[in-house]
Amino acid sequence: MVWIRFILIQNRAGKTRLAKWYMQFDDDEKQKLIEEVHAVVTVRDAKHTNFVEFRNFKIIYRRYAGLYFCICVDVNDNNLAYLEAIHNFVEVLNEYFHNVCELDLVFNFYKVYTVVDEMFLAGEIRETSQTKVLKQLLMLQSLE
Amino acid sequence: MPAVSKGDGMRGLAVFISDIRNCKSKEAEIKRINKELANIRSKFKGDKALDGYSKKKYVCKLLFIFLLGHDIDFGHMEAVNLLSSNRYTEKQIGYLFISVLVNSNSELIRLINNAIKNDLASRNPTFMGLALHCIANVGSREMAEAFAGEIPKILVAGDTMDSVKQSAALCLLRLYRASPDLVPMGDWTSRVVHLLNDQHLGVVTAATSLITTLAQKNPEEFKTSVSLAVSRLSRIVTSASTDLQDYTYYFVPAPWLSVKLLRLLQCYPPPEDPAVRGRLAECLETVLNKAQEPPKSKKVQHSNARNAVLFEAISLIIHHDSEPNLLVRACNQLGQFLQHRETNLRYLALESMCTLASSEFSHEAVKTHIETVINALKTERDVSVRQRAVDLLYAMCDRSNAQQIVAEMLSYLETADYAIREEIVLKVAILAEKYAVDYTWYVDTILNLIRVAGDYVSEEVWYRVIQIVINRDDVQGYAAKTVFEALQAPACHENLVKVGGYILGEFGNLIAGDPRSSPLTQFDLLHSKFHLCSVPTRALLLSAYIKFVNLFPEVKPTIQDVLRSDSQLKNADVELQQRAVEYLRLSSVASTDILATVLEEMPPFPERESSILAKLKKKKGPSTVTGLEEGRRERGADVNGGPEPAPASATVCL
Repeated sequence: MVWIRFILIQNRAGKTRLAKWYMQFDDDEKQKLIEEVHAVVTVRDAKHTNFVEFRNFKIIYRRYAGLYFCICVDVNDNNLAYLEAIHNFVEVLNEYFHNVCELDLVFNFYKVYTVVDEMFLAGEIRETSQTKVLKQLLMLQSLE
Repeated sequence: MPAVSKGDGMRGLAVFISDIRNCKSKEAEIKRINKELANIRSKFKGDKALDGYSKKKYVCKLLFIFLLGHDIDFGHMEAVNLLSSNRYTEKQIGYLFISVLVNSNSELIRLINNAIKNDLASRNPTFMGLALHCIANVGSREMAEAFAGEIPKILVAGDTMDSVKQSAALCLLRLYRASPDLVPMGDWTSRVVHLLNDQHLGVVTAATSLITTLAQKNPEEFKTSVSLAVSRLSRIVTSASTDLQDYTYYFVPAPWLSVKLLRLLQCYPPPEDPAVRGRLAECLETVLNKAQEPPKSKKVQHSNARNAVLFEAISLIIHHDSEPNLLVRACNQLGQFLQHRETNLRYLALESMCTLASSEFSHEAVKTHIETVINALKTERDVSVRQRAVDLLYAMCDRSNAQQIVAEMLSYLETADYAIREEIVLKVAILAEKYAVDYTWYVDTILNLIRVAGDYVSEEVWYRVIQIVINRDDVQGYAAKTVFEALQAPACHENLVKVGGYILGEFGNLIAGDPRSSPLTQFDLLHSKFHLCSVPTRALLLSAYIKFVNLFPEVKPTIQDVLRSDSQLKNADVELQQRAVEYLRLSSVASTDILATVLEEMPPFPERESSILAKLKKKKGPSTVTGLEEGRRERGADVNGGPEPAPASATVCL
């Protein structure tokens, strides 16, 4: 079976700004995975692909300023589809937080989960229309 | 910019986060956190019941502290209380807390499930969404037991809102993955299939994911989804860019949905109905055609989205393996990508072509790109791209290009990353054996392997070359001569000494006539390496020496002197000592007849499954396409002539 195992947003120093898990790991395993992912993506540069083998999976990642957005998927998954899923997600964050920066993700961490859950759920892509996602987020924002 | 948004402020939270960020040291941070924890604890225990806003704020702070990496052992009850609020912001924090800090306390679980049940029944789509997301995020057995029956009903009910359907579909998927026994197929399955026709493409996306997973275990149940998926895909792919407004991404219509539909179709064989099959073929042709059109945008997002669909379409074409024209077109498209500016595309093209190589329809087309692939091997800067090039060369290898491919792989091996050398060695060994017309080439190749990457030449590989030499009269003399020459090198790998020792022990007589490789010269050569070798190799050499005694009586005294020396007879290693003692005795007491019988030439090995192949499969995992062995239907010119060499995996005591 093929699905997203986790989504991570990390900064260059290795601080996690978002960790969304779609598979059971205990806290120690999660920490280890976070460190491994960080080690693997930060050594790569422009001459590398945006895909890297990782244990029995692969990571599709992209760097935006000081943040690495990583999606861990099955080796048989579609690399470009997830690369653009990341970009789609980033564009939504950018729109929602008005030129998003790392601090937005820190101070509004509980809202970032809401954005993630609109676009990804149960390890699958849930909604891809930026228009629909933003409409929903703004509606939720207006609620008490 | 950091925004403290209007709706739910939570100034206290923002201040706390700022305080943490301003801490100059780890100790200061811990101190600040402990202070806050104590504050929250006292608020939670306090006499006055907390209002919803405060509870929400404190639970959120606890969550933040947890996410920083500190253990939290309270707050669950308060979080669960938030679930029963009728304010969205409070519910949301409550659900978030319990999804992140999953607790297995049965009382809490009961309360949580109760709250979820209420929210699911509330008919408020926002609350239903929160509840469904919680189940999807936690997916515990208890939740599955409580709700697996309910979710399908919500999913297929006519009056369920679109966004709720999306969430319900994926929630059900999660439950099915975790507890398939609790999600039996039923009336709802055909209604789920019809969601593929839904107006809301988000619903279709979620439904497609659900069906794809369910179909793998229950293909019959969902086979009607094939024709619906084909229609849907067809409509998307041929739509004008103004049709799918909300779902057009950088001028590409519904790329993710297209990819998902193509994946769903890969769960099934080619459609039986000719109309459906025809429509699908048209669809795939269209995707291939669009890839040739000039791009509508220079942005990489456009080409990535377009190519995401293209690669998935090619995957489907390969999976069906039934339309030669599509396969060849796919191959040509990938061939173009092999030289693309972008590393991502070159990588994906190499990877995809590997699977194409095993189809009889496209195998020849793939082979035409050999020079490009060899060039990639030499010039790509990302090692993972070079690895795909190796994989592709391996997959496209056949009788016509084996010599060239093996030579290139050997050459690459000299500078390859250590992490991948063993795999390349195994592949070269397999190819050399499989496609050897002339076994002298095979012997040369293996000896080259040892020379270039001796450390990575596993036992399976050098056992194999010995077995083959033993089984083939026509190459024995050549092998003896070649190892003899190779051993002359001042520094040769121990594996070469093992192979050389064994072969000269068996077939040294074939070259003994030449004065340059006289018996004594052969012995001196081997013995000059003796002291540099590990115990197992020395044991092998001792056996070679006793074989020499049989083959060349004139060297018997020399060898006996060696066996007789203290360093052998009193060797600390039991095996070496035993061999020295027994061989010495054998050489002294046995008549020439008996000696000849005991040390007779090794008989041919029986046929068995190649252990090298087994080792490669083990290394790469069961899902690897090994090209040669899986899925390749060899025809005509590609048939591997000659007898299947004997691949015994027996532990021959050498």
